[in-house]
Amino acid sequence: MDNLPTTPVDLKKVKNILDSLPISATTREILAGLDCHIPDPERTAYNIRENSRCAGRHSTAEIQIVPKTDGKSGVDVYVAAGTVDQSVYIPACISQSGVDEDVYNDFHVGAGARVKIIAGCGIHTHSNEKSRHSGIHNFYLEAGARVIYVEKHLGGGVGRHNVQIDPITHCELAEGSYLEMDTVQIGGVDDSRRLTTGTVGAGASLVVKESLLTELEQRTTTDFNITLAGADSSVELASRSVAKDDSYQEYTSIIVGDNACKGHSACDAILVGRGRVDATPTLRANHPDAQLIHEAAIGKIAGDQIIKLQTLGLTEAEAEQKIIDGFLRTL
Amino acid sequence: MLKLSNISYDIPDREGILKDINMEIGSGEMVVVTGPNGGGKTSLIRAIAGVIRPSLGEIWLDDTDLTELGITERANAGVAYSFQNPVRFKGFRVRDLIRIAAKRRLNDQEICQVLSRVGLCARSYIDREVDAGLSGGELKRIEIATVLMRKVKLYLFDEPEAGIDLWSFGHLVEIFSELRRESDATIIIISHQERIINLADRLAVLADGCLTHFGTRDEILPHLHIRPFSFSCQTDGAE
Repeated sequence: MDNLPTTPVDLKKVKNILDSLPISATTREILAGLDCHIPDPERTAYNIRENSRCAGRHSTAEIQIVPKTDGKSGVDVYVAAGTVDQSVYIPACISQSGVDEDVYNDFHVGAGARVKIIAGCGIHTHSNEKSRHSGIHNFYLEAGARVIYVEKHLGGGVGRHNVQIDPITHCELAEGSYLEMDTVQIGGVDDSRRLTTGTVGAGASLVVKESLLTELEQRTTTDFNITLAGADSSVELASRSVAKDDSYQEYTSIIVGDNACKGHSACDAILVGRGRVDATPTLRANHPDAQLIHEAAIGKIAGDQIIKLQTLGLTEAEAEQKIIDGFLRTL
Repeated sequence: MLKLSNISYDIPDREGILKDINMEIGSGEMVVVTGPNGGGKTSLIRAIAGVIRPSLGEIWLDDTDLTELGITERANAGVAYSFQNPVRFKGFRVRDLIRIAAKRRLNDQEICQVLSRVGLCARSYIDREVDAGLSGGELKRIEIATVLMRKVKLYLFDEPEAGIDLWSFGHLVEIFSELRRESDATIIIISHQERIINLADRLAVLADGCLTHFGTRDEILPHLHIRPFSFSCQTDGAE
């Protein structure tokens, strides 16, 4: 993981720093799919992972990326207190079959820092052999820190894929901090077990927007377990999913209100073909001023939606695709 | 010109939703369709748009036989249809819907122009979701905007005033007045509002699935004022 490229790169002369890295064409393709484009290396730290090795790493003055020293694979990312308007990219790309890895990335975000973190994993292989990646991410936000976290998972390639991606995310939000997670898994992943846990402190907020698409015989489970520990803490979980063909999805959320807090979870799912979705929300209010709400809606695409788009000139298939893209926020 | 010949529509549980409707409406002509609830107005407009298929009859738009065409083909042949109840799309932003209607990527300024036409404070609406966050009236105006922006041969509006506040309604009347004045398209509006009725070149009254009256405002309005809900298929048809 930690073999850094030895050729020094003049960061100021490249429009996308990723273009200068010694990575394969497939990895470049994956990075593009993961929306990794780094035009400003002075304000962007990154750690590019290619087939379980480090293909490039860069820290800024305020954001340090340090490899793990406990024998685990992964990095610690330290964002200095007060850092503003900087980004961190930590994509993992797999273009070889047979990879099976657990990667531990921890984010330590100092008080008052405001950063965007772009993560994700793309597996693009050319055989039937299984590849598995589990990104185990821990977020530690100090008081007043604000983080936008964008995570995308992609599967693709030639052959009968056997792609498994298991993101495990844990967050601890100190007083007045804010973490927004925007996670997307749109097809190509045969098996996925997603787990998000967290503890939200006083006045802190966690927002999670999840978009999932499964097709063929793919399976995805997504579990949330969030504890609202501090007074005036809040969480907003919004999961939108589309289950096509013979695929299956399972949604489980547990929101625990241990203080005066607000928690809301919404699971919306569209079924296409013989797709199946199970949704099991749980709310636990352990404080009289805990306000917890859950909404869930599962069903086919509404006929009127398709008709409306047809009246604008789209075919039925085009209308269905537009509706799905819009629903999953990928229009 | 739109020509409806012997349009009838039955469903298994109910016969005579539309009964032998015959109409010819010229290019540049505005016809307002009115009549009691359940009389077949929406069914007629949905039949023209291709949402339902008549059991009998033919529909022609200029020299194109629409009868066997689907919704998409009719839309691409020049039919634009504004729903009575606008559809909500979770995840669609207003800009997405406008771009689909335009069939091209519009910049913010162009989208603003489209929305301004229906009286919406444009920029604040562009990135709002076409869902629960918008009121019924706002959705209705966006729905109308998606239709007005299309340059077509035939406009169909199903109760455009429904859900619109009084101020916006006045603006809507101006829009239809302008459309009638400046477009050479055929315009059919289902409405019960006098101000919209007053814009019409001709009025059609549908009741109990029948076209009971079809004529100029001067010919039809006296009937509407005297016995607005007493029409039936026994009434002498197209006058």
